Amino acid sequence: MKILGTITILLCGGLLIFFTSDFPDFGDPKSPASIHLSPYFIEHTLEDTAVPNIVTSVLADYRSYDTMFETTVILTAGLACFLLLRIPTKEVTRRYYLHEPTGVTLRFDGDRYPKGSNVFKRIDSNWVPYDIIINFTCRLLIHFIQIFALYVVAHGHYSPGGGFQGGVVIGASIILFAISSNLRASIKRLGEKAAAIFTATGVFIYAGTGALCMVIGEHFLNYSFLAPLLGTDRIMARSHGIFIVEIGVAVAVMAVMIWIYYNLSSAGKQDEGL
Amino acid sequence: MDIVSLIAAKANYWTYVILLMVGLYAMVAKNNLVKKIVGMVIFQTAVILFYVSIGYKKGGTLPIIMHGHDHGHGVDSFIKAADYINPLPHVLMLTAIVVGVATLGVALALAIKVYQEYGTLEEDEIRKQIELKG
Repeated sequence: MKILGTITILLCGGLLIFFTSDFPDFGDPKSPASIHLSPYFIEHTLEDTAVPNIVTSVLADYRSYDTMFETTVILTAGLACFLLLRIPTKEVTRRYYLHEPTGVTLRFDGDRYPKGSNVFKRIDSNWVPYDIIINFTCRLLIHFIQIFALYVVAHGHYSPGGGFQGGVVIGASIILFAISSNLRASIKRLGEKAAAIFTATGVFIYAGTGALCMVIGEHFLNYSFLAPLLGTDRIMARSHGIFIVEIGVAVAVMAVMIWIYYNLSSAGKQDEGL
Repeated sequence: MDIVSLIAAKANYWTYVILLMVGLYAMVAKNNLVKKIVGMVIFQTAVILFYVSIGYKKGGTLPIIMHGHDHGHGVDSFIKAADYINPLPHVLMLTAIVVGVATLGVALALAIKVYQEYGTLEEDEIRKQIELKG
């Protein structure tokens, strides 16, 4: 299998490398990819949408159907992880508790764990004492990461950024919190239910904006019909419509990253994880 | 065409083909499922690199219209497409990266399920177990 695979792949790669001589040169302004559709986007983005960042305007306006179904793909991936892995926490019985005054770790089977006591601290089965430097650094960093993420979302019209990037950064900040403290602390702040609802809300904001355009005007995702609602002219309405849609994308992406992390890191138990 | 300009003109394609081969080899020849998934990610990265590199134009800047923030009042009346790199591959890859991460999550979830079922991630051992059962 290895030899066969190597031969096949070397053959394919050799053919590809051989035929790169027909490809346009690196950085060639006249390459076919750059002369058919993209000049229109570059030259008309300001008069069509009033968004200087062409990537944002193409992503959320010219190709907004594509992006809408990308968010649906993300939602489906989150759901698939959930349906594949999630098992009820009640089936998990063996738990470890640290008696904080003495530092003794106790194992409880079944549901005989100390419920109302506050000297016992729940720990993971592969628990190691937390490093104070990591804990402190992460606690300091997470706020700034989140503020930066909001900036990336909100400033996506004028600088590199947008819903996907900002959403991933917020998701990463919460995953950083889950790694630096533990999974349960993170789930207490943003639970699985919240993650699922946020994911669906994000896709709903996107599709709902499109449907609203259809109700007011006649085209799905044609934001210029939102102009009477937003109190602007038709071109600025497109800019604002893109912003609404980007918020939907950011919410969906953030929640899906967190949801997938919860399910993967705990193999679906969401009881103890990394 | 001498050799230096040839390398300068085609090096991006060669890099992408080599990465593609590495990823494909890992997907085909490796026995461990997680290594196959890693191969898939390398493959994906190669395609992303390819797309982003064909979007580049010599002398072009990043695809944000200069002085475009005041609703076009300060812009030169004529925006030349040659001044900005091609935004379309960037848009496509922007979504592809995030979707790639989401599908990677699904792949890892499947790997976890396989491990829970068979107690191993090695492909030949899994096949042996399936043959014993059937």
